[in-house]
Amino acid sequence: MQVQTHVDINSEWGIVAARQAGRKLAREIGFGSVDQARITTAISELARNIYLYANQGQIKIEEVTGSGKRGMKIIASDEGPGIKDLRRVMEDGFTTSGGLGAGLPGVKRLMDEFGIESEQDEGTVITTIKWLR
Amino acid sequence: MRIPILKLHDYLLISVQVELDDQTALRFQEDVLEKIHEEGSRGVVIDLTSVEMIDSFIAKVLGDVVDMSNLMGARVVLTGIQPAVAITLIDMGIVLDEVPTALDLEQGLERLQLELEG
Repeated sequence: MQVQTHVDINSEWGIVAARQAGRKLAREIGFGSVDQARITTAISELARNIYLYANQGQIKIEEVTGSGKRGMKIIASDEGPGIKDLRRVMEDGFTTSGGLGAGLPGVKRLMDEFGIESEQDEGTVITTIKWLR
Repeated sequence: MRIPILKLHDYLLISVQVELDDQTALRFQEDVLEKIHEEGSRGVVIDLTSVEMIDSFIAKVLGDVVDMSNLMGARVVLTGIQPAVAITLIDMGIVLDEVPTALDLEQGLERLQLELEG
């Protein structure tokens, strides 16, 4: 059976809850400790972005299979202001929040697949997958 | 939630054993600086052995605590960073520049002593 979990992000506690749910599922799927840390960190970055920029949204995590592989998919969605400049947001060091600017490019490097869709004033959906090796 | 800060002679010892949420991390930053001021501490060891994840926010808070403590005249050493955490930080492109580190608490204290005497 494929496991699926949703965590609502509407406070800083949601970030922690999403992290913990992600680590649990990553462990169940069979990821080692390094990939567990990568996945948990990616979820933390995505959840914080939702909280910082959209105030609320959702992190959905699920087990996925594809061409004989197993993996874990994370979908971060919000109905916030959207991202104005998708290219800049993927540049290292670009930040509008005073952070390190490592967020989204960092997530892309931690995971195996990464996609982002954003409409101004409608929201953002980020989908990312880590495959089990 | 608050992270306990222990005093040992001129030093402060901190072992982070909780899942760090943003508020706890920020409060920790303030608590360390207050305690340095109160106790006149010359060195601080922050042990991260139990920390399973450091994201960009927590990395920034930790890096800032090192810089802020330096401004006050105290040296900070981070110890016990797990392999998975080190790998993740580098993957993310986060470099904790000029942050003194050591393998464990014991070596952290030795490193502090060297830094303060040397």
